[in-house]
Amino acid sequence: MTVTTVTTAVTGAVGTAHTRLEGRDKVTGAARYAGEIPYAELAHGWLVVSTIARGRIRSVESAPVLDMPGVLAVLHHGNAPRVNGDYAGMLGRPDPIVAPFQHDRVPYAGWPVALVVAETSEQAREAAEALVVRYDEEPHDVAFSAGHPGTYTPENSPHMQAETEKGDLEAELAASAAVVDAEYTTPEEHHSPLEPHAAMARWDNGRLEVVDSNQGSMWVADELAKLFSLDPASVRVRSEHVGGAFGSKGVRPHQVCAVMATTVLHRPVRVVLTRRQMFSLVGYRSPTAQRVRLGADADGRLRAFDHQAHCLTSTVHEFVEPSAGVGRVMYDAAAHHTVNRVVPLDVPTPTFMRAPGEAPGSFAVESALDELAEKCGMDPIALRTLNEPDAGPVSGLPFSSRNLLACFQEGARRFGWADRDPRPGLHREGRWLLGTGTAAASFPSGAAPSTAAVTAEADGTFTVRITAADVGTGARTALTQIAADALEVAPERVRMRIADSDFGPAMVAGGSMGTRSWAWAVMAAVSELRERLSLGGGIPPEGITARSNTAEAVGALPSRERHAFGAQFAEVAVDVTTGEVRVRRMLGIFAAGRIVNPLTARSQLVGGMIWGLSMALHEEAFRDKASGGHVGADFAGYHFAANADVPLIEADWVDDPDDDDPVGIKGIGEIGIVGVAAAIANAVWHATGVRHRHLPIRPDRVLLAGAEPGGGRDARSRR
Amino acid sequence: MREFGYQRVFDVPGAVALLGTDPEARFLGGGTNLVDLMKAGVERPALLVDVTELPLGRIEATADGGLRIGATVTNSDLAADPQVRRHYPALAQAVLAGASGQLRNMATIGGNLLQRTRCGYFADLTKPCNKRVPGSGCPAIEGEHHNHAILGASEHCVAVHPSDMGVALTAFDAVVSYETADGPGELPLAEFYLPVGDTPHLETALPSGALITGITLPPNPVAAVSRYRKVRERASYAFAIGSIAAALDVRDGLVREVRLAFGAVASRPWRAREAERLLTGGPASAEAFAAAADAELAAAETLPHNAYKVTLMRNLVVAVLTELTEEATR
Ligand SMILES: Cc1cc2nc3c(=O)[nH]c(=O)nc-3n(C[C@H](O)[C@H](O)[C@H](O)COP(=O)(O)OP(=O)(O)OC[C@H]3O[C@@H](n4cnc5c(N)ncnc54)[C@H](O)[C@@H]3O)c2cc1C
Ligand code: SF4
Repeated sequence: MTVTTVTTAVTGAVGTAHTRLEGRDKVTGAARYAGEIPYAELAHGWLVVSTIARGRIRSVESAPVLDMPGVLAVLHHGNAPRVNGDYAGMLGRPDPIVAPFQHDRVPYAGWPVALVVAETSEQAREAAEALVVRYDEEPHDVAFSAGHPGTYTPENSPHMQAETEKGDLEAELAASAAVVDAEYTTPEEHHSPLEPHAAMARWDNGRLEVVDSNQGSMWVADELAKLFSLDPASVRVRSEHVGGAFGSKGVRPHQVCAVMATTVLHRPVRVVLTRRQMFSLVGYRSPTAQRVRLGADADGRLRAFDHQAHCLTSTVHEFVEPSAGVGRVMYDAAAHHTVNRVVPLDVPTPTFMRAPGEAPGSFAVESALDELAEKCGMDPIALRTLNEPDAGPVSGLPFSSRNLLACFQEGARRFGWADRDPRPGLHREGRWLLGTGTAAASFPSGAAPSTAAVTAEADGTFTVRITAADVGTGARTALTQIAADALEVAPERVRMRIADSDFGPAMVAGGSMGTRSWAWAVMAAVSELRERLSLGGGIPPEGITARSNTAEAVGALPSRERHAFGAQFAEVAVDVTTGEVRVRRMLGIFAAGRIVNPLTARSQLVGGMIWGLSMALHEEAFRDKASGGHVGADFAGYHFAANADVPLIEADWVDDPDDDDPVGIKGIGEIGIVGVAAAIANAVWHATGVRHRHLPIRPDRVLLAGAEPGGGRDARSRR
Repeated sequence: MREFGYQRVFDVPGAVALLGTDPEARFLGGGTNLVDLMKAGVERPALLVDVTELPLGRIEATADGGLRIGATVTNSDLAADPQVRRHYPALAQAVLAGASGQLRNMATIGGNLLQRTRCGYFADLTKPCNKRVPGSGCPAIEGEHHNHAILGASEHCVAVHPSDMGVALTAFDAVVSYETADGPGELPLAEFYLPVGDTPHLETALPSGALITGITLPPNPVAAVSRYRKVRERASYAFAIGSIAAALDVRDGLVREVRLAFGAVASRPWRAREAERLLTGGPASAEAFAAAADAELAAAETLPHNAYKVTLMRNLVVAVLTELTEEATR
């Protein structure tokens, strides 16, 4: 197959607002989630996690617990089935979190130490809470800081280039008329999707069946096969409905523990995580400390760009939050340096969390750009326009399409940016100081090989099978629209079946690559099917099925800088006598390729922007140094925006055609977040004259920093 | 979660008799705090006695012009009550500033007064906490305490009381009525919560097994010009990091009467009596308000991450009293 054989016949489903196909089932409760599907003989597993942050398990005192009502088993490192966790996972290395109960070491607070299985979930929970685990505790270190002695620069990998460098940074900085040199920090943040992780596992005629909530059923099936040394064909994982994922729903202890327990007990077992367990078992976003140095000529042209980003990882697995990646796409300079550094601490391994890298990285870089605009006496949009690169600043590759300036132009027009008085701290309404801010956004637009099958049924309908995941985004609906257009039929004639590993390999719902990758495979399978149908002849009762595999086509995609772009705008009101910050309105204009379903696309973008608002003002997990664990690891303690915090938010897009691209779709799941925190922080500066470089912009920080009409003050970092 | 018995009661003597002095039994109001604590393992009752069907669900005017509020009145009904809104607006505002619509529909007045602190260590069995396990220590002092007490705390516990409603009730001299097997009793709210000292686990002066039957608000003309302002870390659905209930009577630029209570600064709603004393009879000016706030807050003892509360409370006193002065002289 070549790229050019994939064409889209327009029948008009794509680009038309369509409510979610399963929307009615979801709002009426008819849609069942992994944690609530009934099974005969179902037993319930409840995890017990470590209360110490480092050390060894001395004993798991299961005997008394086994006598409790309904208790069937207590699995721990002394008796659990052995698994093979030594394979290279998604990041190219083994991740110990997928191999619980294999040894007595405890690398952090909240590490799985036992699974109690009982007849009911209440019995399992009561027994799990009664289980006494004794430890030999060792000293721990959970205190992250940029200067931590254990910090190192990781190796470059296909997933993350650690460091890039060109030009003489110090010389360019010295020659610059305006220099910004500032440190920005972001706290530990959690995805915590509303639906907790849940998986049921059972053996059925020699096949392992897992009903799960995940971002990629094939991903989970593959790893379970490796872990339990099974023939991949004998593992089936399904994940029909998912109540949010955001990067947290890959292979996690709940699936592995459910498989262990069903293997031992010979009956179906379900494991559901609690909210609190999610804080230590499903990954999170590392805190970051980022130093940005910008040097520019008096007219605002960048000479030096330096972004040094620090994050943490666990002592057992390396995940690097790639914050320094943004500048490699956004801004060029004669001297250009970006680096991601990491320090291992006695904490859980962080993971991909919605807009990994770009979310915290854009806060630092886009805040620094605003500071530079202030120093140069320039409008922040004019500064960005002046510094728009012609090619990838690091790669030198051309952009497949880059419509950032169109986003700024449209955004500025709609937001009323031209009327803005740039001077800070001067606009007051009662007790509120008012300000506006803007920031740029970008997010990579990748594609990964996927397979799909399309069947022309004898009754004139079509069935599409693809191991896509709809994590609540509307992917199922978008793919139906794409298939319908490709088939030139009404969407009602297309049956979309997803999230079943039996359908074959496909990209996970991640990296904003899902819809792009799946659409490609669906379109390719359709075009194959149409060729076969064009030969004429009737359709047999079993239908006619065509399959696709986009591996070759994806590999043949020419090297380009491929990204979605956006411009974020925010207006805030700040009461510096109480520290309250209220966002009054937000506008995001995006250039994100072809928009398949405007309805769900807007909800992705607006949802992302609300996430960014939360990141700016609310989100922060507190890690207790003494115990090494969290304090307030629940939704009363871990704040994110409530409805009352969310103002009028508009999200829209500009045309972003890319004629050379076989799909034309870019991701929209993550870009909505990018730049929002900076736009809000920049607006807070415009309102108060004080720079807030530490997220979240909490009332105590705002209160203590006060206001400085005319600008020039910096809020200090406190815990 | 431990298995527990559940029983609904329909009359007050029955409720008191059923609970008796059984340390393993608890009254259940809306359950919005108790059930959460049961899930966290902090509370492990053997029996829940559901009080929500008791005949304590009314709000009535008293003969002297005050109000009597039944213990099982929901937070929503209290905030919506026309008499409350007219005569004690700060009380309605305080209740509406708390929790969420769904929670307020469930939560009762009695339960609100007895809700436990939101200190993150208290609800986490993996951590020490003097309030939960006397003598185990107070990790908040060295750890997370940005929303902890600046007034009236001790080295044994620095937790704050989370209620918004209680702050307004404290400003208006509310009295709590209760019933025990030995008969009824009353406690002014000012004496309801015990000082922290070295017994942070003992929170109220209620006799053991007592059922709260209601709250009485004395007639309080000054309360008609009153206001509740709450500062929190998001616009809704968060506990206060500082709040204030204030009522003010100003004539000819002089303060004739003032009521002032602070929330989220102490283990109980904090009546600012020193500030009230200084203000009464003096000028209704921003300087006087600030001086009174400073006097009240002079006793503040802060920790590294909660010192901002002193500035916050001072600013709130000045802002809210200034607003009330404008309202009174309009
Ligand atoms: C997420 C969340 C946010 C919240 N935010 C706020 C807020 O911002 N501000 C605020 O003020 N509150 C807030 N609340 C607290 C809420 O107001 C209280 O949980 C509620 O008022 C408690 O009332 P209840 O009837 O549900 O009490 P329950 O949970 O039923 O009981 C609480 C305690 O009172 C005892 N009790 C109940 N009734 C009686 C009685 N008649 N006599 C004797 N003892 C009794 C119980 O035994 C128990 O010990 C929030 C709660 C939650 C869960
Ligand atoms: S402040 Fe009080 S409630 Fe919090 S940990 Fe200390 S003793 Fe426990």
